[in-house]
Amino acid sequence: MPTYQQFPLPDAGEGLTEADIVTWHVAVGDRVEVNQTIVEIETAKSLVDLPCPWTGVVTRLLVDVGQTVEVGTPIIEVDVDPGGAAPAPTAAPAAEGVRARQPHASRSSVEPGGADEVGSVRDELRTAAASDDTAGSGAVLVGYGVADGTATRRQRATAPAATSAPTTAPTTAPTSAPADTSATRPDGTAHALAKPPVRKLARDLGVDLDAVTPTGPGGIVTREDVLAHSVRAEGRELATYPGDDRPWAAGGVVSPDGRQTRVPVKSVRKRTAEAMVSSAFSAPHVTVFHTVDVTRTMKLVERLRADREFADVRVTPLLVAAKALLMAVNRRPEINASWDEATQEIVYKHYVNLGIAAATPRGLVVPNIKDAHRLDLLGLARGLGELTSTARAGRTSPADMSDGTITITNVGVFGIDTGTPILNPGEAAILAFGAIRQQPWVHKGKIKPRHVTQLALSFDHRLVDGELGSRVLADVAAVLAEPAQALVWG
Amino acid sequence: MSTSAPAADGPLTDDGLVQLLTPAGERVAHPEYDAWAAELDGERLRAMYRDMVLTRRFDTEATSLQRQGELALYAQCLGQEAAQIGSGHALAPQDHVFPSYREHGVALARGLEMTDLLRLFRGVDHGGWDPAAHGFHLFTLVIGSHTLHATGYAMGVQRDGLVGTGDPTRDTAVVTYFGDGATAQGDVSEALVFSSVNQAPVVLFCQNNQFAISEPTSRQSRVPLADRAPGFGVPSVRVDGNDVVATYAVTRQALERARSGGGPTFVEAFTYRMGAHTTSDDPTRYRTSEQEEHWRRRDPIERLRVHLERTGELPEVFQAQLAAESDAFGEHVRAAVRAMGHPSPHSMFEHVYATPHAVVESERAWFAQYEQSFVGPDGRTTGGHR
Repeated sequence: MPTYQQFPLPDAGEGLTEADIVTWHVAVGDRVEVNQTIVEIETAKSLVDLPCPWTGVVTRLLVDVGQTVEVGTPIIEVDVDPGGAAPAPTAAPAAEGVRARQPHASRSSVEPGGADEVGSVRDELRTAAASDDTAGSGAVLVGYGVADGTATRRQRATAPAATSAPTTAPTTAPTSAPADTSATRPDGTAHALAKPPVRKLARDLGVDLDAVTPTGPGGIVTREDVLAHSVRAEGRELATYPGDDRPWAAGGVVSPDGRQTRVPVKSVRKRTAEAMVSSAFSAPHVTVFHTVDVTRTMKLVERLRADREFADVRVTPLLVAAKALLMAVNRRPEINASWDEATQEIVYKHYVNLGIAAATPRGLVVPNIKDAHRLDLLGLARGLGELTSTARAGRTSPADMSDGTITITNVGVFGIDTGTPILNPGEAAILAFGAIRQQPWVHKGKIKPRHVTQLALSFDHRLVDGELGSRVLADVAAVLAEPAQALVWG
Repeated sequence: MSTSAPAADGPLTDDGLVQLLTPAGERVAHPEYDAWAAELDGERLRAMYRDMVLTRRFDTEATSLQRQGELALYAQCLGQEAAQIGSGHALAPQDHVFPSYREHGVALARGLEMTDLLRLFRGVDHGGWDPAAHGFHLFTLVIGSHTLHATGYAMGVQRDGLVGTGDPTRDTAVVTYFGDGATAQGDVSEALVFSSVNQAPVVLFCQNNQFAISEPTSRQSRVPLADRAPGFGVPSVRVDGNDVVATYAVTRQALERARSGGGPTFVEAFTYRMGAHTTSDDPTRYRTSEQEEHWRRRDPIERLRVHLERTGELPEVFQAQLAAESDAFGEHVRAAVRAMGHPSPHSMFEHVYATPHAVVESERAWFAQYEQSFVGPDGRTTGGHR
């Protein structure tokens, strides 16, 4: 049986991350011995011959001459037991970790002939002064970044050709410019010269050293140069502190003119955006409204607040609204469902995980009370209290937010009458509970000051028709208008 | 005096070196050192030849293993086999060696399991062997610091009364190996001061391989390195480090001086590092192929081989056996390195102190408990891969 072994590119120095393939000394079909030189590579430190770890037959060369290969990437495949049956190729060559070299457009123009191009380049490298270390091959040591457009050592060899047309303003040269143009600075060096602490400062500030105008002796970029460049050209990260008045701007970067701050979309904000987009543009929303006299609910709330049994929980109109919604779902369970696009099915839930939209310091979260349909009013009050305090503390877990079946958004706490809420993804309905105010209201034939609120119910029209949605909202309103209705519906 | 830098290539000088075997393999007489080399008969020279060949095999195998990703780093001793085997064979069992990190040949001569040396270079051990077992201290990567350890050890030997008793199985010498680059370190100067004023039984053995990584000796010193020692009151000698016979003789004399209470000696073995400083180094950047070729013609192993052949001391059957032994040794090294597992994390608590230590014990116990916390209910470790 053929047995294939792949040789991953080793770290030939200490902490090297990549190397260039210079010459293959073997070809597919060649017999190789242990420790036979198979390939010459060039690392950031040196040209190195790599010996074969096995005896066998070369079945594939997985990388080409000129390629830059990350340490650990397989470079050659050897059949170490070539006596067996015809080779069945193994997995595709690892394209990952292999980067095409930047084209050497200008190299052939300065290299005499192409007879032994690699060889002559190599000779140049070997005679290159040791002080040229800053113009490295682009292969880097762990912990040292490589700037865009880094000229490779080989490209460096072409610098004399490029110097004949020096770039005029290196400070404005885009960092992505071809290596052969960016390689030439006014002082003829391939890269900005700077001491390690200055390099670190530049990296911390996100400043491209090559773009900084050097003022130090011998064309060295100084700390002051980096700072000046940074202030002039770069946006600065906005400093924020716990408890300051602009938490939304935390992590933002102020634009150079100081008139805008750009904040990366992350975390809760990102999830909210994704959920809203997915819901709003997949479920056709319909919203129905109802204004209702909730004076009796308010009286019930007052009574319950005085009730010993409810002494240790918060009793709010929202609690009654939640119970009212649960009763409505009980009467019309088909509202408690979701649309499964993938299987083209409607999933009716025999349980209610009642979502409560909560504004928290981290943003909007929608945790739900699990199996809320099993809870009595006291249990529901406890569930609401727990959910609210967990959310306020920012400790809401993903499990708390998953598998909701229907949701209430209590916009009334902000003094708002009502809104057209967007469905929590995967649910068919969401109830907006508006502010309760005393208003003139016709009660028993007379205009009386009554506690009035507006309810709105958005539903997914794919599976909920206007009749069902309207009836559910009417049921909620009926319980809020006359809590005794609950006795009737049990 | 000219202020321009000396030529970057070529030795400062190789005049005045003690030499008993010319590069052409010819034994030449020396009034002082012939006596010290007299005991080297054909059999002992063959033993040295064998050790030099095996050292080189170890060296090339380890270099290949590094290139194959099996070792993180390796420092070759290629070209320095005569300096190391010659001096190593001059040692007595009770002597103690403080090497730097390139003394693979000395280790072989001391009888170490050679693959233990590679545990350090593979990164699975901070040391790899028991220094007391073979009188061979752990490799020291810090340049020159171990010359002080050696001097201190030698002063200890002195205080143990193991010097100048006249009993050849008791009298003990200490040898420390370091390079030309280390002589620029303050530690080496301090070692010279302390060994001198204390008459410590130590041989300061400098392998001048002509490069402190990339810096040639000619840019490290205006005078031969051996000339520095007399200023400290330490006698010194320059020897052809590619001549295994001369190295043996010079070291024998220096060791005898130490054991008999005559104090320290500074030996400069003039040799050439034919390989790179380490596998992370590219010597083609700082030296010429002409220079390398010059020294290839002075290969220490070839010199002894020619000498043995000329004197009829190298039978073909010995050569064939040695070739087979060498191949088997190479395979042994390769297999052993590939099979090196990961050390137990608990081993880090060993050898911290010579005697039980309360803090180490409490940390060991805590760590065991911590490790145990990764064991799941099914008894399997749930922690990360080690």
